[in-house]
Amino acid sequence: MSNSNDVKDGLRESATFDRNTMAEIRRAADTGIYDIRGFGAKRKLPHFDDLLFLGASMSRYPLEGYREKCNTSVTLGTRYAKKPIELEIPITIAGMSFGALSANAKEALGRGANIMGTSTTTGDGGMTPEERGQSSKLVYQYLPSRYGMNPDDLRKADAIEIVLGQGAKPGGGGMLLGQKITDRVAGMRTLPMGVDQRSACRHPDWTGPDDLAIKILELREITDWQVPIYIKVGATRTYYDVKLAIKAGADVIVVDGMQGGTAATQDVFIENVGIPTLAAIPQAVQALQEMKMHRKVQLIVSGGIRNGADVAKCMALGADAVAIGTAALVAMGCNHPRYDEEFKKIGSAAGFYDDYQDGKDPAGITTQDPELTKRLDPVDAGRRLANYLNVLVLEAQTLARACGKNDLRNLEPEDLVALTVESAAMARVPLAGTNWVPGQGF
Amino acid sequence: MKIINLEIQAVRDLNQALHDQSIKCNEREWEVLCPKGQHNIACGLDQSLTIDIKGHAGYYCAGMNKKAHITVHGNVGQGVAENMMSGTVRVKGDASQAAGATAHGGLLVVEGNAGARCGISMKGVDIVVKGNVGHMSCFMGQAGSLVVCGDAGDALGDSLYETHIYVKGEVKSLGADCIKKEMRDEHISELTELLNRAGVDENPTEFKRYGSARQLYNFKVDNASAY
Repeated sequence: MSNSNDVKDGLRESATFDRNTMAEIRRAADTGIYDIRGFGAKRKLPHFDDLLFLGASMSRYPLEGYREKCNTSVTLGTRYAKKPIELEIPITIAGMSFGALSANAKEALGRGANIMGTSTTTGDGGMTPEERGQSSKLVYQYLPSRYGMNPDDLRKADAIEIVLGQGAKPGGGGMLLGQKITDRVAGMRTLPMGVDQRSACRHPDWTGPDDLAIKILELREITDWQVPIYIKVGATRTYYDVKLAIKAGADVIVVDGMQGGTAATQDVFIENVGIPTLAAIPQAVQALQEMKMHRKVQLIVSGGIRNGADVAKCMALGADAVAIGTAALVAMGCNHPRYDEEFKKIGSAAGFYDDYQDGKDPAGITTQDPELTKRLDPVDAGRRLANYLNVLVLEAQTLARACGKNDLRNLEPEDLVALTVESAAMARVPLAGTNWVPGQGF
Repeated sequence: MKIINLEIQAVRDLNQALHDQSIKCNEREWEVLCPKGQHNIACGLDQSLTIDIKGHAGYYCAGMNKKAHITVHGNVGQGVAENMMSGTVRVKGDASQAAGATAHGGLLVVEGNAGARCGISMKGVDIVVKGNVGHMSCFMGQAGSLVVCGDAGDALGDSLYETHIYVKGEVKSLGADCIKKEMRDEHISELTELLNRAGVDENPTEFKRYGSARQLYNFKVDNASAY
């Protein structure tokens, strides 16, 4: 967003060609290449802030905020797996790779998740011993690149997540640039050091949902039907994707909205492909309900979840759990103001840093530089993550109790209203103070 | 020898019995009858077993194999020996697309032809095909060797990393960044050893070698038209 605070009165900035737009045109003219960056969509989108809860009053009966229980546990993978995952809180850690993140960061994610009794997720490049060692519940991502993929790790996992796409770049693959490829990262991915590591956008050995059904059966056979199989999709044609994922045999479906983060993707992709998380959830829930699979196939939602209100709103719209990525990194110290001077030296600023692909993160999180990675103490960062997760849970419980719910999963769309016409249409809840749900026929 | 008839028993029963051998091995030789193109036969093995599948198999036969020696006396569907780690898989007939996809180790021998994307994203496996391979074979191949005794289809070795490719017949076209390379003594030795391991009687000097030009290893705007 442009900041006009330092501009003289009378000078008028173009809304179409604002300073950011002009800067990007100049950057493109200088370099001849598109901008690659990390983080997620930075444009303003209809989001959970546009929804409000209708707390209890005469027509609803609230629960006592500090005394009465509000359950937060959730079981994922009840459809086919012999050993579903039991989470104490409905907030999981999204897939982020060792390679994109430092080993210390991965360990910290495992530690934080462990303290709170929830799961964390591997990423491209496979499973590290640190991650497995620190994560009592670990979801193993099965990605198109199959970097580091091996059946031993598959069998060590508590669940398998087949990644078809992610919210930041549905339809796109990834690129871990050569500057982040250390000996260890290269070894895990079977590629030479310093070479850009392209992560393919589609799986190498199946095409389409019918093949995927057979692939899921293969993974079940290899793991003797022990663990749940998730399918993760970037939010686009969510209604159809979720229906096909159910038909293919998923135990759990993960829908990642366009606010979801990435380690390195073209800016034009991040900002222009996909749909907001808010718009994706009702589509996914509709698909599940029509196939009579809502709550039988669990739904995890991710993409821009920041606080307990976001968690509660996702669950009220029908999610069984949420996943966080960017927020977890921020809790651990990503973009922390204490590194502001160093951010400035690399042309950024605390709160704005998104060049995860460069491997120069002063916070030591999105880097493989040995000196920088030392800055992140995995024990301390894990504790910070656990604290943050705890706050999300407390906030979500507070809102649920106010709505009279003794379980976060008892929240429902009827508990919500929207502040804007757009958010009402997307979330399929009434505009506040009316009975009007745009697009619902009256 | 243990015999499992898939007309009587389910693939699940077969695979569980084979997986149980990784904990306590009491039967090393297995024969699978009447596979009739079923999918996921003998996948996820982790024991030095010898398995003969007497007929055609469907998708992902011998997927993620470790240590086992599996022979399919027929054709196989998509993704045979995908992500294999070690051991040997031999297909007496033809293989559908993505044979040996992403496999890290071991040896895959296809005595007939292999379809499109044979050896896609291969990461260390050695693949020997006595017949032809389809288009986009060895796409993004990272490591290991692909030997083709017949012809190769379009875009062989597209976006290749470090896989060695040897082709005896014609190559319809090479993919981005894949080039013909000099066949030096060490390559003759490597190919001789691969052919011997595969039990294929061919003259190594009649093959041509292809590999990565390594021009696309790091993204450069000047190469944009190659992507």
